[in-house]
Amino acid sequence: MSGEYTVSREDWSLHRKGEIDRERHREKVREAIKKNLADVVSEESIILSDGRKVVKVPIRSLEEYHFRFDSGKRKHGGQGQGDTKEGDVLGSDQRQAGPGKGKGAGEEPGVDYYEAEITIDELAQLIFEDLGLPNLQPKKKHELASEAFEFKDIRKKGISSNIDRKRTILEALKRNARQGRPDSKKITKEDLRFKTWDITYKYESNAVVLAMMDTSGSMGPYEKYIARSFFFWMVRFLRTKYQNVQIVFLAHHVEARETTEEEFFTKGASGGTRCSSVYKLALEIIESRYSPDDYNIYAFHFSDGDNLTSDNEKCVSYVKELLQLCNLVGYGEIEGPYYHTSTLRTALKKIVDLKFTSVGIKGKSDVYPALKTFFNPHPENKAQ
Amino acid sequence: MHPQEEIKKLEKSIEQITDIARKFNLDFYNMYFEICPADIIYSFGSYGMPTRFSHWTFGKAYHKMKTQYDYNLSRIYEMVINSDPCYAFLLEGNSLVQNKMVIAHVLAHCDFFKNNYYFNRTSRKMVESMSVAADRIRGYEFKFGRDKVESFLDAVISLQENIDSERHIDPGEGKKKKYKNKGHSCREQTCSGDKCCQGSCHRDTHRQSDSGQSTPYDDLWNLDKRECDGKCDEAEDEVKRIPEQPEKDLLLFMMNYGRDLQDWQRDVISIIREEMLYFWPQMQTKIMNEGWATYWHMRIMREMDLTEDEAVEFAKTHSGVIQPSKYQINPYYLGLKMYEDIEKRWDNPTDEEKEKYGRPGGEGKQKIFEVRETENDLSFIRNYLTRELVEEYDLYLYKKIGYDWKVSDKDWEKVRDGLVINLYNCGLPYIVVEDGDFGKRGEIYLRHVHEGSDLDVYYLERTLPHVYKVWGRAVHMETIVDGKKVLFTFNGDKTSKKFI
Repeated sequence: MSGEYTVSREDWSLHRKGEIDRERHREKVREAIKKNLADVVSEESIILSDGRKVVKVPIRSLEEYHFRFDSGKRKHGGQGQGDTKEGDVLGSDQRQAGPGKGKGAGEEPGVDYYEAEITIDELAQLIFEDLGLPNLQPKKKHELASEAFEFKDIRKKGISSNIDRKRTILEALKRNARQGRPDSKKITKEDLRFKTWDITYKYESNAVVLAMMDTSGSMGPYEKYIARSFFFWMVRFLRTKYQNVQIVFLAHHVEARETTEEEFFTKGASGGTRCSSVYKLALEIIESRYSPDDYNIYAFHFSDGDNLTSDNEKCVSYVKELLQLCNLVGYGEIEGPYYHTSTLRTALKKIVDLKFTSVGIKGKSDVYPALKTFFNPHPENKAQ
Repeated sequence: MHPQEEIKKLEKSIEQITDIARKFNLDFYNMYFEICPADIIYSFGSYGMPTRFSHWTFGKAYHKMKTQYDYNLSRIYEMVINSDPCYAFLLEGNSLVQNKMVIAHVLAHCDFFKNNYYFNRTSRKMVESMSVAADRIRGYEFKFGRDKVESFLDAVISLQENIDSERHIDPGEGKKKKYKNKGHSCREQTCSGDKCCQGSCHRDTHRQSDSGQSTPYDDLWNLDKRECDGKCDEAEDEVKRIPEQPEKDLLLFMMNYGRDLQDWQRDVISIIREEMLYFWPQMQTKIMNEGWATYWHMRIMREMDLTEDEAVEFAKTHSGVIQPSKYQINPYYLGLKMYEDIEKRWDNPTDEEKEKYGRPGGEGKQKIFEVRETENDLSFIRNYLTRELVEEYDLYLYKKIGYDWKVSDKDWEKVRDGLVINLYNCGLPYIVVEDGDFGKRGEIYLRHVHEGSDLDVYYLERTLPHVYKVWGRAVHMETIVDGKKVLFTFNGDKTSKKFI
């Protein structure tokens, strides 16, 4: 029965279509993430990622839309182990089990939105592309160094991705010429030349950032979450882009205190609110540790604005004092989803100073715009 | 093992398996087996064909399959293509036993492709056609730019399921004449209650009066009359309507009547449509086809001389394939059990079946071959899913109540009928073009033929812009949401909806 079948094994190493289209898909995922940064920035899975390197972000825009049935309104067929009864629960839809619950694609019908995996570093790169410390000014002490790689050395040994082709060919030509041949034949090992790099430091001005957060009782889990997601990205951003930026964490309710980074991001507190306490502490810290002559100083405060009315005037005057010392003072007020009674922002509105910026945050998607407003490297052309 | 040696061994097995399969009367095309590394099989799997055009959606599918494979979550052992000769790809690294099982499985698939009625219009030269089409699309990318071609492909792909695989049964020419007649008869008659204008029911009325007596179907004829009631005047205007009859094949309609389409765009539509027509029968016969292949790989493996180790390995692989799932019907499992059941029932009919249906017994094999030739999943389930099967294998229907997915039906008839409903039109909504010149503004009016299931409105609203992209003008879509008739409109800018 020969001739009716063939078996073969071919060389498929050049078949790259799947990989090429996969790369195109990845490109589109990145584009989509970039377009939806505002939503992605405050994804729980990232903020609560516990140092995990890869996070999943849902990307709706890459779904392949078509006319389809609403799977939640249909009956589906399944198969049990032998004793299934009417009314048995097979599973529940995690996504809707309550606001703020983690999302997770299940195997049940209809749940097929696309989750892209992306490393936090990659995401940070997208987010930080347009961000920078505003009004950065030269100061006496230059400590804020950023690493720079410079290829300036040529060696005979190195890694093959760093081959200096031009010099290698030149060497080959020279060697051939020495041996009386006008053209180059084969490149030998001794012709190889490699580029190699030196690490140099680009020195920039010193900077210190004061991160101030309201942790009083009126700041519910939602408000704290918003404030923390802002500070999460702020800290990452500062550490990614600048070598020696210093960050001081301050938490307050009625009284203010300096905290460790971990405490700042994890610990809750309760009690009333007196915002002036944190401004006062900030002023003291600046005075004792960070002279404006040596440092670019930034102060950011997040609160729900629910401050003691009697304290507001004090706040205004402290903020004015801070403005004398700082390159920028930013105030972010989180407007809760249910009710909102701002006292602080209304009071701070009196301040007219280019170095003062305040933003209102209504929802998770306002965190990214807040970052963009506060870390606008060129505040003179405010595009937003 | 040396690659050459492995191929030798494979060839020997293939010969053996082919002989057994022929003895069992399986009837397949010449086979072309190719051993491939995993990423190649995954790439073929995500494109549906080795030679298909390039698009990011295939890259997405490929990424998903590859990731699942890399994390050891799933594994495909083979891929087989409906073509003559039949191409089958074996996964490099399969053990010899796995390959034996796969070869037997693949031969049965090929027998199914060759003999099942629903495949008899599929092109067996699709490997080549798709390759040529892919070249053309690549050419368009060079000429018009990748982004432009890609975004048009996005739009057409989102509508690829909106075709009519049965259009060849009445391609429309016949309808045209009938429809014109209808127009005339309308003008000649007045439509008053019992006299009707529509060509078809006109004849029916005759039939009824010819016999002069009432029939059990009178209520049906009357239904038609009622629908015609009072619509006569409109009918006169409707004569010039495009399409003359509601058209299920959205792609064909837009390809023929889209005013602003360029030639390359029409070509892209026709490519996607042809490819989808080729894949449609596979979607229609998933349970039957996988069940058939599973049935035969079992029978064939039983005829092989397996060592004890081999038998154990085969049993493991096989049971992995037929694993039941609480959220889905496993086509391999259900299909297999149904063929076995049919064979058993036709071999040993009950006394009642002998008497009532005149089944002599001993016709099991003959019957399953007949079933594989004439049915699709829908009729297969409707005709052969018995109470015993539903109960023995604990099949059920489930639905969403609140946040929970709950078992809603265990009654066997409801389960069977529920499965049948979900198989209708391959589980996809039935949508027709009602009017290609809506409001005399060249807009397109689509209607969802609602048969009990609402559409996913989120998806609907995001698919309409794709229709707009192809049609070039405003798109309207009529459907029913929660019992109310709703018209969605996308005007090129935003989607709006209103109750009608």
